[in-house]
Amino acid sequence: MTRRRIALAGFVVLVGLLMAACTGDLPYNSLDPAGPVAEKQAELYWLVFWIAVAVFVLVEGLLVFAMIRFRQRSDDDTPRQIHGNTRLEIMWTIIPALLLAGVAVPTVGTIFDLASRPAGEVLEVNVTGNQWWWEVEYPDLGVLTANEIHIPAGRPVAMNLTSKDVIHSFSVPRLAGKQDLIPGRTNTLYIEAAEPGTYLGLCKEFCGLSHANMRFRVIAQESSEFEAWVDDQLTEAAAPPSGTLEAEGLEYFSTGACIGCHTVRGVEPAVGKIGPDLTHLASRSTFAGSIFELNERNLTRWLEDAPRIKPGAKMPSGLRELGLTEDQIEAMAAYLLSLE
Amino acid sequence: MASVAVTRPSFFRRPRATTGLAAWLTTVDHKRIGILYGATAFVFFLLGGIEALLLRIQLAQPNGAFLDADTYNQVFTMHGLTMIFLVVMPLSSAFFNYLIPLQIGARDVAFPRLNAFSYWVFLVGGIFLYSSFFLGGAPNGGWFGYAPLSSGEGFLPGTGMTYYSIGLQIVGVASLASAVNFIVTILNERAPGMSLMRMPVFTWMTLVVSFLLLFAMPVIAIALFELGFDRLFGTLFFNPAAGGDALLWQHLFWLFGHPEVYILILPAMGIVSEVLPTFSRKPLFGYAAVVFSGIAIGFMGWGVWAHHMFTTGLGPVANTAFALSTMFIAVPTGVKIFNWLGTMWGGSIRFTSPMLFAIGFVAMFIIGGLSGVTHAIVPSDFQQQDTYYVVAHFHYVLFGGAIFGLFSGAYYWLPKVTGRVLSEGLGKLHFWLMLIGFNLTFAPMHWLGLQGMPRRYYTYPEEAGWGFWNLIETVGSFVIAASILVFMVNLVRSMSRGREAGADPWDARTLEWSIPSPPPHYNFAEIPDVRHRDELWHRKYAEDERGRPVPVVAGAEHHDEADDEEEHPDIHMPDPSYFPLLAALGLPVIGYGLIYFWPVAVVGGLITLAGLFGWSLEPVAEE
Repeated sequence: MTRRRIALAGFVVLVGLLMAACTGDLPYNSLDPAGPVAEKQAELYWLVFWIAVAVFVLVEGLLVFAMIRFRQRSDDDTPRQIHGNTRLEIMWTIIPALLLAGVAVPTVGTIFDLASRPAGEVLEVNVTGNQWWWEVEYPDLGVLTANEIHIPAGRPVAMNLTSKDVIHSFSVPRLAGKQDLIPGRTNTLYIEAAEPGTYLGLCKEFCGLSHANMRFRVIAQESSEFEAWVDDQLTEAAAPPSGTLEAEGLEYFSTGACIGCHTVRGVEPAVGKIGPDLTHLASRSTFAGSIFELNERNLTRWLEDAPRIKPGAKMPSGLRELGLTEDQIEAMAAYLLSLE
Repeated sequence: MASVAVTRPSFFRRPRATTGLAAWLTTVDHKRIGILYGATAFVFFLLGGIEALLLRIQLAQPNGAFLDADTYNQVFTMHGLTMIFLVVMPLSSAFFNYLIPLQIGARDVAFPRLNAFSYWVFLVGGIFLYSSFFLGGAPNGGWFGYAPLSSGEGFLPGTGMTYYSIGLQIVGVASLASAVNFIVTILNERAPGMSLMRMPVFTWMTLVVSFLLLFAMPVIAIALFELGFDRLFGTLFFNPAAGGDALLWQHLFWLFGHPEVYILILPAMGIVSEVLPTFSRKPLFGYAAVVFSGIAIGFMGWGVWAHHMFTTGLGPVANTAFALSTMFIAVPTGVKIFNWLGTMWGGSIRFTSPMLFAIGFVAMFIIGGLSGVTHAIVPSDFQQQDTYYVVAHFHYVLFGGAIFGLFSGAYYWLPKVTGRVLSEGLGKLHFWLMLIGFNLTFAPMHWLGLQGMPRRYYTYPEEAGWGFWNLIETVGSFVIAASILVFMVNLVRSMSRGREAGADPWDARTLEWSIPSPPPHYNFAEIPDVRHRDELWHRKYAEDERGRPVPVVAGAEHHDEADDEEEHPDIHMPDPSYFPLLAALGLPVIGYGLIYFWPVAVVGGLITLAGLFGWSLEPVAEE
C-alpha cells in the first residue's frame, strides 16, 4: 500500500507546515480575539468547527470505508439491487436538521447580542469611507482625524459607518468582524478592545483600484492617555517660527493646490474637505490609508507622485501635475511633519 | 397542406450541407450543438484557468509586482465571469444538449433552431465580453459588480463594466432560451412509458436547473438593464445622493446569484447520480429522495440570497431569517450525499476514471458543504465574509464539486460522443494530479481567510503573515494546470487510438447506452418503449429472488447493429438553418453600438430582426 504511505507522509508534512505557519505573527487573525465581540465570534466559529470536524470524519470515513469494503473483487460481481430504505432516509434528514437546530440557538442569540447597544457609556465614532482612506470623527468630542482610530481600552465603542463614494467594509479582525460602509446609509458596529494595543484593520469590500491599499489601525489606550490624545487633537496647528524650512513649507502649502482638499485648523485658507484633515498629521504613525509609515522619505515620495505609489490616488502628482519643485516638496514635507 | 406549393425566394431555402463548416454553422442537431457547447466552454475554461494562474503568480509573494492593480482587477473579474457564465453553465449545457434527448428516448429537443440560437448567442456573448480586453479594458468591478462602484462615473477606469452589463445580458438570453427549450423537451418529448419518476436523475436535475434559469435570468436581466442605463444614459438607480439605492443592486444580484449557485452545482449532482450507480452496479439509492431533495434545493435556493449581505446592515431579524434558511438548505444537500453513499454501499465498485471523479466530487463537496454551514453562523460570517475563507468554500463547491462532476461526466459520456473510450491510465493520472493540486491550492485558503486575508487584493503586505500559504497555493494551481494538460493529451490521444466504445462500454443503465456510439443523427431508429426506471439495465438483467441481477438470456431487445447502417428515410428530422446564427450575430453589434456609436446598434437590431423574420418564414426542406 505505497499509495497510502505516501498519503500519510503528505498528511504529516501538511500538519507540520500548518503548525509552522500558525506560530508566525498574524495581526489580522480572526481567531486571536482581543475584545469581547471578536471573542464571541471566534467562540461560535470553534463550536461549529468541531461539529463540522465530527461530521467530516464520519461521512468521509463512511465514504472511504465503502470504497474499500465494496470494491469490485471479481469480474462477475452481482450485488443485490437495493433501491432505498425509507427509515434511513428519514433518519438522515432528521438528524442533520436537529444538529443544525442545535447550532441555530447560540447563533441567533449571538446575532441579537452583537446587534444590541452594549451597557455602559458608549463612545461614538463616525467613520466615513473614501476611496481609499477613512475619515474618523468623534461627534461628542469634536475631534476629526483619519486612518488611525484612538479608543479607550475596556470601553464599548459605537462605530457609525457610512461612505462618501462606493461601498467599503470596516474590519479589525482581532476586535470584530466586518460591517459595510454604504453611501446613503449608516451602519453601527460595536467594538471593544480588552487591552491597550494597536489593532490592524482593512477594507473588506472591493472598492476599486486601490482596494488593497485601504488599511487603518485602531489604537486602544488607557483612558487617561486617550483623554490626553483628545486634548491634543482639539488644539489648532501652531504656526512654525518664521525663517525655518517649515515656515517656507507652510507658505507653499497655504498658497498652493493643497488647500482645495485639505484642512489644517489654524491655517486660514486651508479648509478643503475632500482629503484627510491634516491638522495633527504628525501625531499619526501612518498615512494614505495607513499603508505608508509616516516619515520624511515616504512623505516626500507621496508629495512627488502619489498616484504612482498608490494606484488611483486622488491626490495629484506634485511633480507631474502640480508643477512643484523638489525644494518646495522638501519644505512642505518638513512643514507637514511638524503638525503634531 | 403539402399540395399547396408555395414558391419562396431561394434566400429562404433550408441549407443542406451535412459535413464541413457550413453543416456546423447551420446545424440544429442537439448532439452537434452539445459538442459545440462543450468545445467552446473548454476553450473558455483554458482562458479562465490562465487567468487564475496569473492571479496566483501575482499573489505568490507579498508586494507582488507581476500585475498592476487595474490589470489584476480585470483578471480576477474575468476569471469569475468566465468560470461561471462561460464555463460551468455552458459545460452543463453541453451535457443537457447531448444527453437529454438520448436519455428520454427522443430524436431532438423540442425547438431545435432555438437550441442553435442559444449556442450562437452564448458564443457571441463570450466573444463580446473578451473583446473588451482589446477595447480599453475588461470588466474590472468583480463578477458581482457591486453598485455604485460599477455604476457611478469615475469610480472604475474604462468601459469594462459597460461590457459587463451588456455581455452578461447577451449570455443571459442564451440561458433563458435553452431553459425554455429543455423544460418543454423534458415535459413533452419523453418516449412512451417514461413517466417523470422513471426519468434518469440527470434529466431531473436538468429540469430543475431549467426552471431555476427561467426564474433567475429575468432578475439579473433587470439588474443589468439598470446598471447599463446608469452607465450609458446617466440614470441613477444606484446613486443614493439622487434618491437611488446602493443596496438595490445587491438584492437583485443575489436574488439571481444564489439560485445561480444551484444552477452551477445541480447538473454535476445529476451527473454523479448517474455515474455512481453504473460503477457500483446498483441502482441509485433512494431515487425519489434524490429527486425531491434536488427540487427542494432548487426551491429553498430562492430564500437564502441575503446571506451574501449579512454585513450590509439588514438588522438582526433579517439576518436570523436568512441564517436559518441557509442552515436548513444543508439538509436536502446532506440527503443527497447520504444517498450517494447508500448507492456505493453494498455495491461492486469499479474504480474507473469517471467513478474516481464522481467520488472526488462527493469527498470535496462534503468539505464545501460543511464550510458553507459556517457561513450561516452570522456572527462568525462577519469575520469570514470577503476573506479567502469564502474563496476556499466556493471553490470546494464549484471546483471540487461542479468541475470534478463535469469531468466525471466527460470521462463517462465522451465515449458515447466520440465512439472511443479515454485512456484509463491518463484519466487516473489526471484525477490524482487534480485532486492533489486542488487541495494544495484551496485548502490553505481556509486558514488564510481565518487569518484575515481579504479577497480581491492585488497585493498584501509582508507583515500580514500570509506569504507562506500563498506560495503553496500558487504551486498547487500549477499542479492543477498540469492535470488539465494530461486531460487534453488524453482527449486527443483517445480520438485516434482509444479503445472502441461500442454502444455500452460501462454496462450502464440508461437509454443513451442502448444506441451506437456515436449515435446516428436520428438517435433512435425506433422510439423506445419504456417500462422501467433504468430501462437499459432492465433489458439486460432480470433480478433473482434475492435481488441479484441475472442476464436476460434472449437478448432480443439488444440492438441489431446492422439495422443502424440502414437509411431511415421515414424518420423526419428538423432541417438545418442559418437564421439562428444570423439572429445571434446582431446582438453583440447592438452592444458595440450602445458603447461607441448608437446608429450601429440600429444595424445590429436590424440584423437580429432579419434573422428572426427568416427563421419564421423559412419553409421545411423539399423532400
